Amino acid sequence: MSLLAPFAGGLLIGLSALAMLALLGRITGISGIFAGVLNAEAGLWRWSFLAGLVIAPLLFHTLAGQPQPLPSAAGWPMVISAGLLVGFGTRYAGGCTSGHGVCGIGRLSPRSMAATATFIAAGMVTVFVVRHLTG
Amino acid sequence: MLRQLLVPLLCGLVFGTGLALSGMTDTRVVLGFLDIAGDWNPALLMVMVGALAVTIPGFWLAQQRGTPLFSPQFFLPASRTIEAKPLIGSVIFGVGWGLYGYCPGPALAALAGFNWQPLLFVVAMAVGVYLEKAFSARSQGRPGSIPP
Repeated sequence: MSLLAPFAGGLLIGLSALAMLALLGRITGISGIFAGVLNAEAGLWRWSFLAGLVIAPLLFHTLAGQPQPLPSAAGWPMVISAGLLVGFGTRYAGGCTSGHGVCGIGRLSPRSMAATATFIAAGMVTVFVVRHLTG
Repeated sequence: MLRQLLVPLLCGLVFGTGLALSGMTDTRVVLGFLDIAGDWNPALLMVMVGALAVTIPGFWLAQQRGTPLFSPQFFLPASRTIEAKPLIGSVIFGVGWGLYGYCPGPALAALAGFNWQPLLFVVAMAVGVYLEKAFSARSQGRPGSIPP
């Protein structure tokens, strides 16, 4: 698979995060924005951003003429467990791949660098256990 | 209008396009990156390289201006120091990420595919957010607890 598309996609994600900071002063942390909406925090901007985030893949795949990727075949207990852990963990960590990984490292924050290294390592260990030890 | 609607909507569209273009809404691509003992897929690494190539110099430049263009202030996290709480949270998050292959952004972006899995994942993620809120509120009120 070509690495150009992921690199270009990364540039777009970086540009979006930069515009959010330079124009609105906001950190583009998806888990934080999602939690802000759930906690009914003031700020329509969170809804606007999430609307764009959900609509964009639909537009992209329609215009590019390629089907959206199918979700993993794992059953509902796995989907629920993973969702619970991701929701709880990202809030307890104060950020996710975007908030810590893209924006926090973007600000050269040691806290975010350590958090990013930790969730990537934890993800790698989990995949190793699931695929190579128990699979 | 500009601050609450147009700018964040456009930014969300660009962000979501980036996720779709880079293959991050595909759990196989993400799990392929996390599977270092298998057929390793470097796509997620390239996404991070591309994003940080913009944010590292861009964030520094943006903050040279005292204020954002359309807002009176920057809303930035106060702490930059390494503490136990974000690391513990990241371990929990990383396990969930490795189990299915969605982090919050791609899970939300995958909603547009109209499959039940992203929807169920996002609902469970919302429950997780509320559980964490309740948990952190309780542990803050307890004497001798780890400060957040």
